[in-house]
Amino acid sequence: MPKVKLPRKSTAIDMTPMVDVAFLLLTFFMLTTKFKPNDPVTVVTPSSISTKLLPESNIVMILIGKDGRVFFDLDNKFKKQQLMSDFNSQYHLGLTKDQINSYAIGGPVGVPFKMLPQLLNVPADQRNAFPQPGIPIDSANNELDQWIKYTLNVNNGNPDLQFVIKADDNTKYEVVKQVLKTLKANHLNKLHLVTNLKPIPPGTAAWREQQAAGGANASKKQP
Amino acid sequence: MADVEMKEPGGGRHQGTKSKKLSTRIDMTPMVDVAFLLITFFMLTTTLQKPKTMNLYLPEDVKNPEEQNKVKESQALTIILGKDHQVYYYYGTGQEPNERMYKTTFANKGGIRDVIINKWDNVIKNSGGRDSLVAIIKPMNDADYEDVVNILDEMNINGVQKYALVDSIYDFEKNLMKEADDHPVADPTLNGQ
Repeated sequence: MPKVKLPRKSTAIDMTPMVDVAFLLLTFFMLTTKFKPNDPVTVVTPSSISTKLLPESNIVMILIGKDGRVFFDLDNKFKKQQLMSDFNSQYHLGLTKDQINSYAIGGPVGVPFKMLPQLLNVPADQRNAFPQPGIPIDSANNELDQWIKYTLNVNNGNPDLQFVIKADDNTKYEVVKQVLKTLKANHLNKLHLVTNLKPIPPGTAAWREQQAAGGANASKKQP
Repeated sequence: MADVEMKEPGGGRHQGTKSKKLSTRIDMTPMVDVAFLLITFFMLTTTLQKPKTMNLYLPEDVKNPEEQNKVKESQALTIILGKDHQVYYYYGTGQEPNERMYKTTFANKGGIRDVIINKWDNVIKNSGGRDSLVAIIKPMNDADYEDVVNILDEMNINGVQKYALVDSIYDFEKNLMKEADDHPVADPTLNGQ
């Protein structure tokens, strides 16, 4: 029997298409990733069974630390700029254009109005190191109310504006109550509370609803 | 190797040396490694950073108190959140003086969830299915925000549609809470506890 000669094939394969796909994916993920916002205070949010996602845009974030300090932030840089210029003229803060821009690119802010010039002197990326005492919310000097009113003003009563409260597990309700009261006074009754997802406890009404909606395969698992 | 040759004296002799033809192919493996590492990193960070939210609807303040309080005593459950994750509750809205306050926890078994389910069953049984449960939630000032979210979540878990977050805590409720702390009694309507 003559020996059959198999043609020797190279083991090297052309990786170009794979690399193309890899870089395409890489670009996609890089562009879609939103990095965790660098908050000036660490907030551990409580858990709930709610699966609603945080709204994408037009967010007004009220951040409450566990020590009761209140911070305020918007997601729209132009509105932030406008808001700070309004504060500047109203409260005679004497802010420069650079300071206002620095506010717009920075994160949440939690200082009384009179400390704003001092805070905005710090570059935006180092601002979290600045000791911020929180926005005053007591009824005698409720500056949070002003923040909300001016925010509503620069948004011209945009009905899509979403108010989001992100508070810590150990925040005392007293502070949250005051914030809710302030929002309610401005007729903002629909709020979002930021929570982590936790599984629905079996045997409850929400669980039965999920089972009914989940179809056959979900219920098969449960005897 | 080419370097060694270059050092030879009398370089003129080598003028005609052909430069070695280098392959245009490069080894892409390290680049691919890095690319996939980055993909993995971005994939993991994107999926983990999706915060969830819970909706909260606050009632509009009513000027006229007579427009409020349309809740029947028999269908109401008042829950008070105290400090250190303590939960107090009584049946009714506090209009009748002979309330009894009970104390419970957020435990999965024998906690506030069982109270809510049991009360709801009783409301449906007693009203022939016409009434539904109305929960009144009153967090104390020193209650943790976590507990507030937990009790609101408990409403969603048990499908309670009617609930309200109320701020005012009456004096008699404070007295009852103290009574419940000092002389705790078991809730007689909870069977099997």
